[in-house]
Amino acid sequence: MSAAQDTPVARRLQHVNHIIIVLSGKGGVGKSSVSTQLALSLRASSPTTRVGILDVDLTGPSIPRMLGLDGHPVHQSSDGWVPVYADGVEARLSCMSVGFLLKKRGDSVVWRGPKKNAMIRQFLGDVRWGELDYLVIDTPPGTSDEHLSLLEHMAPVHSKLSAVIVTTPQAVALMDAMKCLSFTKAVSLPVLGLIENMSGYVCPCCGEISNVFSTGGGEEMARREGLHFLGSLPVDTDLVTLLDAAEPKGPESRAEEGSFELMRRGTVQALDAATEVNKTSVLNDTSS
Amino acid sequence: MIALQQASAIPDVLSVPSNAPEHCPGTESEQAGKADACAGCANQEICASGQTKGPDPALPFVRERMSNVKHKILVLSGKGGVGKSTFTAQLGWAFAADEDLQTGIMDVDICGPSIPTIFGIANEQIHSSSSGWSPVYVQDNLGVMSVGFMLPSARDAVMWRGPKKNGLISQFLKDVDWGTLDYLVIDTPPGTSDEHLSIVSYLRESGIDGAVLITTPQEVALQDVRREINFCNKVGIKVLGLVENMSGFVCPSCKGESQIFKASTGGGRKLAEEMGVEFLGAVPLDPRIGKSADYGVSFLDEYPDSPATTAYLDIIDKIKAQLGNDNDESS
Repeated sequence: MSAAQDTPVARRLQHVNHIIIVLSGKGGVGKSSVSTQLALSLRASSPTTRVGILDVDLTGPSIPRMLGLDGHPVHQSSDGWVPVYADGVEARLSCMSVGFLLKKRGDSVVWRGPKKNAMIRQFLGDVRWGELDYLVIDTPPGTSDEHLSLLEHMAPVHSKLSAVIVTTPQAVALMDAMKCLSFTKAVSLPVLGLIENMSGYVCPCCGEISNVFSTGGGEEMARREGLHFLGSLPVDTDLVTLLDAAEPKGPESRAEEGSFELMRRGTVQALDAATEVNKTSVLNDTSS
Repeated sequence: MIALQQASAIPDVLSVPSNAPEHCPGTESEQAGKADACAGCANQEICASGQTKGPDPALPFVRERMSNVKHKILVLSGKGGVGKSTFTAQLGWAFAADEDLQTGIMDVDICGPSIPTIFGIANEQIHSSSSGWSPVYVQDNLGVMSVGFMLPSARDAVMWRGPKKNGLISQFLKDVDWGTLDYLVIDTPPGTSDEHLSIVSYLRESGIDGAVLITTPQEVALQDVRREINFCNKVGIKVLGLVENMSGFVCPSCKGESQIFKASTGGGRKLAEEMGVEFLGAVPLDPRIGKSADYGVSFLDEYPDSPATTAYLDIIDKIKAQLGNDNDESS
């Protein structure tokens, strides 16, 4: 750890190998769904992989519901906050979200920037993440307080950071994804690739594919901007239902699903490629 | 129109504006003038003296401008991507269909402005005159203001923390020459944070008629709407009603209806009942809505026969009824 400063955040995250930030610019394109699936597939990729998922969408946390962890409390230990484990005793998928800290599910978190900043610092510095292969960070839409805070607090571990951008195929969403890409450039955050979500919907009665939100826009943007295209995910009503259901998800849930597997593989490959380039950095990725 | 004050120049939103440091805690915060970031800031002394904690100096100007606006409506959602901007646009077009009504659309989603694209005016710019910044007009009686008009190119990101966003929102309210409006529809970003608190506090004196909440049928979205209703109650904004968007999808080839986003917990209707707010209606998912938004044309005018158009118009009538029909005699 050559230039690493010794901050509480750096100390907490020193045993985390890769930190993947899921960004989108636009809301409702599936950041949380992609984060959840990415975390589940990474976890399923080997029996010893340990994955953490941090939800920094403070005013609209969706991760607890998607992992079926609604209403779980966060415990405090002498060594910091204990994250909520989505897979019980195996404890290979740890999760933290402001959703766990709310008393009632209808409670709103009405916070301005400085309070959000403090919460994010606590999530990074006070949570006992332990040793993780991957920490997936789900973000709120936009390029504002939460994003700047994240980057700022994780500056000491910047070499472990990378981002995945999620978009839907419409022009309106692509425009925001472009803004997001400009953001990553401004803060020199390497982008692993682009995921196009909600591309095409298969009618359950006739099998006809409708492009509800148009199609192909993400791939086109990836080509134009020289990004890896990590794949397109169709609209899948079963997935929506599954993520919506309150029961805990089995770790296998949809991890084997073809497109997610592709997305995971693409992400890991991009990560490995980035690691190759950064051989001098702290990433000695012999395990994966 | 009287010039209320010398309108300030249109800011270059990509530069670090004025002289605030990047981590300015906000002039009204407890930390003002005392935080680490304040060291070296030209305003440190003023902030530390506590003068800035008084009422915002912009308030009287906002009140003056807003005195000519009859109805102010917020479009809120909690969750992103449920169709706030699309709904705002349809609402604007529907109001503007009446030639005697003046409508304004204000986009306070600073980091992801979609309103210019949806109205097909993405390449327009704002002009400043002695009476203020003039909004971009889609048609004679429909003016639009968005940060999207201030960016050199659509790919530029606005990376701002709260205080800077608040500053721009106050300028939208006090420096924009809205003229006399019957309706001002305000499109918001997802969540309950700086933008929402600012718009509510700036408009408290002039009064907000109410908020229209948008949701999709899944529980993940409904959760966020519960939070948004909770927010409205906390800050004292009347909820005009709840709209369920993307509810059901009609396959263009077989006309069979299916649910893309299943209402596993009863959807918007049940939530509205539960929370005691009016359910304004459900709008089915029509791929042409998204396409209209991408091309910047009015869905209501382009596809008057779509079931979604009927649903939209029905909802808009209900909103109009709630706001009262005092517009007819006054025009």
